[in-house]
Amino acid sequence: MAKRSVVPFGPQHPVLPEPIHLDLVLEDETVVEAIPSIGFVHRGLEKLVEKKDFKQYVYIAERICGICSCGHGMGYCESIEHMMGIEVPRRAQYLRTIWQEMSRMHSHLLWLGLLADAMGFESLFMEAWRLREKILDMFDLTTGGRIIFSVNCVGGCLKDMDSAMLKAISDTMETLYEDMRPMAKTFLNDFTVQSRLKGLGVMDRQTALMTGAVGPMLRASGEPYDARLLGYAAYNDLDVQPVTETDGDSYARCKVRIKELFQTANLIREAISKIPEGDIAVPVKGNPDGEYFMRIEQPRGEAIYYTKGNGTKNLDRFRLRTPTTSNIPPMVEMLKGCQLADVPILILTIDPCISCTER
Amino acid sequence: MENKNTVREIRLEQLFPEVINKKMNEWRFVQMCACRTPDGYELSYSFCKYYDMETLRLVIGTDDAISSITQVYPCAAIQENEAAELFGVKIENMSVDYHGKLIRIDKETPFKEKG
Repeated sequence: MAKRSVVPFGPQHPVLPEPIHLDLVLEDETVVEAIPSIGFVHRGLEKLVEKKDFKQYVYIAERICGICSCGHGMGYCESIEHMMGIEVPRRAQYLRTIWQEMSRMHSHLLWLGLLADAMGFESLFMEAWRLREKILDMFDLTTGGRIIFSVNCVGGCLKDMDSAMLKAISDTMETLYEDMRPMAKTFLNDFTVQSRLKGLGVMDRQTALMTGAVGPMLRASGEPYDARLLGYAAYNDLDVQPVTETDGDSYARCKVRIKELFQTANLIREAISKIPEGDIAVPVKGNPDGEYFMRIEQPRGEAIYYTKGNGTKNLDRFRLRTPTTSNIPPMVEMLKGCQLADVPILILTIDPCISCTER
Repeated sequence: MENKNTVREIRLEQLFPEVINKKMNEWRFVQMCACRTPDGYELSYSFCKYYDMETLRLVIGTDDAISSITQVYPCAAIQENEAAELFGVKIENMSVDYHGKLIRIDKETPFKEKG
């Protein structure tokens, strides 16, 4: 009979950039159960909405997480704007889209680097992060910040991009598109990568749907759900096609993110070619009253922003359901039956963002 | 593309039939959210099918206990534990009950009182 033991995994582990803990119940080296536990860095940011003016809170929403900062600001603002019936200028919607798509590239490149690092493929890790630097330079050029760059406000954007900036981004995307090819080729064809990812953590479409998987996790199992198709910001003007794979394993999740990198580079160039002239914000009068559930597609998947106003400058409630919150149950499902040595890679394949989850 | 994004109020006894109905019709559970009201809590359970979203809204008193929906949607466990720990919502029979230890904070039910 197999020997049963419990191995604590995390909260500090070389593969985890942020703290999450798992109690792994093993039979010999096979995981039979995984019990997740979070809450090591909980900050209670949702509660602050009761004390801060709803316009000031944008700065807090943008600081929920570094990687998804732009999206959090955008999701919060869009939720308030829907609630108050504010018509955001079209140029501001395009600007938001461009910054959000650059955030997606930056997030996926960061993840690919972490994955390569977890596999011990250091040169590939360096290459992914070298390419990511180019995106951060574009953030720096257009906003003055590299990670958190407060650009959203209720009613539009705080910053504009002039034609030189837009051209610089477009040129960078063109170069990046070519520069990413060798890296993508290595990720998709290298023997080491394939042997670590293929057939690992297989999740079929139905299981992915019913366990709440979102983003690349869900699309890698064959479900073509991408919240950008809801048409918020400028996405209804752009050619967004969900990137899907059907194998549902770790390799498929990697492949989806790599394909999305190229898709995103094209979307940014398309947005730049279509961006209209005009104002970047409208004045906001009055206070929010009512409620709204806003869905946006963050790099890690669908995020839901709930805002509830009461007619005063302070909201009654702000709630963010992050993609990682939703991806933890499928991760637990995936871990069942895997080998202990594969646990770090499987945790990484959901691209966990604990800062968001511990908002 | 116009997609449904609605909120529908239900009574406590309707919760399980509605949730089971959602599961049978292959709606995926997307979020559960608690919000304080003067007399208790407003609980929102959101489900999505393709790009449509429907939220079931349940209003309960401070001392009312509700049954967990994790028997139908096990993936709701973390969000239900969060509502229980932050707001003090009494949720029974959660498939994984952390008994107040999911979030490692000193203050008990910090979101229960306003301000």
